[in-house]
Amino acid sequence: MNKRYELNKELAQMLKGGVIMDVTNAKQAKIAEEAGACAVMALERIPADIRASGGVSRMSDPKLIKEIQETVTIPVMAKVRIGHFVEAQILEALEIDYIDESEVLSPADDTYHIDKTKFKAPFVCGAKNLGEALRRIEEGASMIRTKGEPGTGDVIQAVVHMRMIQSEMRRMKSLSEDELYNEAKNLQVSYDLLKYVHENGKLPVVNFAAGGVATPADAALMMQLGAEGVFVGSGIFKSGDPAKRANAIVKAVTNFDDPKVLAELSEDLGEAMVGINENEIDLLMSNRGQ
Amino acid sequence: MIVGVLALQGAFIEHQKMLEQLGVETFQIRNKSHLDKPMDGIVLPGGESTTMYRVLRDQNMVEPLKKIINDGLPTFGTCAGLLLLAKEVDNYKSEYLQTMDIEAKKNAYGRQLGSFKTVGEFNGQKDTPFVFIRAPYIVETKNDNVEVLAIVDDKIVAARQNNQFVTAFHSELTDDLTVHKFFVDMLK
Repeated sequence: MNKRYELNKELAQMLKGGVIMDVTNAKQAKIAEEAGACAVMALERIPADIRASGGVSRMSDPKLIKEIQETVTIPVMAKVRIGHFVEAQILEALEIDYIDESEVLSPADDTYHIDKTKFKAPFVCGAKNLGEALRRIEEGASMIRTKGEPGTGDVIQAVVHMRMIQSEMRRMKSLSEDELYNEAKNLQVSYDLLKYVHENGKLPVVNFAAGGVATPADAALMMQLGAEGVFVGSGIFKSGDPAKRANAIVKAVTNFDDPKVLAELSEDLGEAMVGINENEIDLLMSNRGQ
Repeated sequence: MIVGVLALQGAFIEHQKMLEQLGVETFQIRNKSHLDKPMDGIVLPGGESTTMYRVLRDQNMVEPLKKIINDGLPTFGTCAGLLLLAKEVDNYKSEYLQTMDIEAKKNAYGRQLGSFKTVGEFNGQKDTPFVFIRAPYIVETKNDNVEVLAIVDDKIVAARQNNQFVTAFHSELTDDLTVHKFFVDMLK
């Protein structure tokens, strides 16, 4: 394993137990940082607005990313379209701290993901099951997050994906070594990666939850289901009091197994993101990029 | 021996694993009441210092934590932990704990593309592996009793002042126990 890839996995380790927040301008980035975000995701429109307005959504304007980089000292991440390796080259040139090859944007390629091993900058990718997670890691992702269903404020898909990944890992752990060869074939992943899961019962990279987290209770739910940290997209800046909600979610992740603290944190947060049920939406972003 | 590891955010489990390899028991400090538990030392891990400080402040942990450090509890801060302890952080206006007489520079090597691994001399031990991730370094020491323990490219990256020990790098991400052994020796 090369040193750069190790360092990129290790940056993700430093983000553990933290909340990564979607922001669309420098002012929101500052609010997120002050609320205790461990990183921000710079994008032009949050997923809920991407859903509402439709059309093609692409990488953010570098100017916006630079403004956010100048405003905060925490890591700054940004999204590229699935398969759009030139957008990734541009983000790397901006010295972005993490690239999210994301199903939230319109995919640029319906077959190939970016060959992430060609980059020095780290990548995080979405996954809804173990096979997707390991295929992204094979391609060079140094961090994984559940896909969930972004921009809905509905946590169900994040729960389904996290449970799926965790239960598949438990199953891999229980297989005998000779059974792994066949599983590697079924999942379309390398034997070595699957053997790591078999031996360690976990992914070889950090695994966050994302897609539909809107409340401190949602964040704590994902942590109790085995997430190592949480991405919150539309949930914060689509709510009544973003600074307060953001801070409550940060503390909910720290105190994810303490219901008394969670009760206090959940109090009087103002209006939550209205949200849409996952079965009321036409576009399932989580089906993008298998 | 038992060490409390601040577990508000970041890479705290990695420190626990290192210390446990050295036969030291550990527990996680997530709220104020955990600071009252008996302990022989405390670790402030790597992660994001702004996140950790915000949670420390909101959970009323700043003053009790400062008190136990000032009262002499052996304290080990790595990366973000170094920033929490530093009296001054030059490019960042902060109120942090300010218990150690050093001036630190945050994100001193730039963004993630500036992160690196190297080997160097730590307290006379050659070939100790150092992992720097969006790391700070110590610009200068502010008191004669601050002992410099490691230098990389002319920058101070590890130091000790009485009961406080800091590294800008992460040894908890390596399999080398040299640096953690140094801290465990401080517990005795």
